[in-house]
Amino acid sequence: MAVAGAVLRQNLPGNMDLCGKTGKGVPEFHVLAVDDSIVDRKVIEKLLRSLSCKVTVVDSGSRALQFLGLDGENSSVGFDALKVNLIMTDYSMPGMTGYELLKKIKGSSAFREIPVVIMSSERILARINRCLEEGAEEFLSKPVKFSDVERLTRYLLRGEADEVSEFGKRKLPKNCDLEVSSPSSPSSPSSPSPSSSSSSDDSSSSSCSYSRSSSPLPKRCKSV
Amino acid sequence: MDVVQLKRQLIAFTELLYREGFLDEQFNQLQQLQDENNPNFVAEVVTLFFEDAERILNELANNLDQQSVDFKKVDAHVHQLKGSSSSIGAQRIQRVCIIFRTVCNEKNVEGCLKCLQQLKHEYALMKSKLETLFNLEQQILAAGGPPSI
Repeated sequence: MAVAGAVLRQNLPGNMDLCGKTGKGVPEFHVLAVDDSIVDRKVIEKLLRSLSCKVTVVDSGSRALQFLGLDGENSSVGFDALKVNLIMTDYSMPGMTGYELLKKIKGSSAFREIPVVIMSSERILARINRCLEEGAEEFLSKPVKFSDVERLTRYLLRGEADEVSEFGKRKLPKNCDLEVSSPSSPSSPSSPSPSSSSSSDDSSSSSCSYSRSSSPLPKRCKSV
Repeated sequence: MDVVQLKRQLIAFTELLYREGFLDEQFNQLQQLQDENNPNFVAEVVTLFFEDAERILNELANNLDQQSVDFKKVDAHVHQLKGSSSSIGAQRIQRVCIIFRTVCNEKNVEGCLKCLQQLKHEYALMKSKLETLFNLEQQILAAGGPPSI
């Protein structure tokens, strides 16, 4: 892992290029983003592109399944779809919810290993639990910030499952993960934990995420 | 007006928008994402938001005009608007949406109509402020200044 870390660091120019560019020995990180909101699609796409990820954005769960070849109509999986490294989906969508999409993905032998992250503006504990239990990698609060996506892609890039849970065990989920990392801030081995505190107030704009790797059940802490 | 004065105006105006709660940290997030490759990113997102918001406000007016109001539909629309306003940092609009959802839950038509009025009002305000903001940026660009705040 130290070697991999060194390779990654070598490939990182001064700006945040976490997902790597082809031709430097680090494969492109392909993210499939699913959101029914046109505004959110634009924002998440830009967030991911700014980290040099390859991005495919779709507006519904059924389109996501179509893209992956899981819709039952198209038996052959597209070349593009085979190389999806991460799926980020909104929870509340008309038709198929993010949770239903998650279940379909985890129920497929071809795609169940792909990490799925759920995004939602509502922090309903039962909902979060349900998603994590169904195999979601993480539950991100909306509005999604650059630091959320940067942290996510960073640990997934590094991430064997062992290493992820190593990170999780070391962290104390006490403080609010409110900092917005600027593009020039260096990465450190002890980057912020996936789990952070949240306020129960709906109007709070604090960043909050819940992760399977940090604890079996998410802890709901009060913000400072 | 020279570039320096314009920039001062822009900074002061932006600070005012944050102070008065028109904008929150999320707007700053969007600005940080803007770069030479995507110099109009913020304006593009905001334009998408305006179009989306106007569509939703019209739908809401329709929903609430029905003999028998479908509160689920109303809630769904308000939820959408809450989401997109929070994604661009339109804090005041987001807050009205939160109240709107509570009122909608109580199946209070009068209350919903009041919230809709307030939403329209906040939206109009927001639109005008952001247009002023972008206008200032354009003036700075035209006067030869660097594009970013």
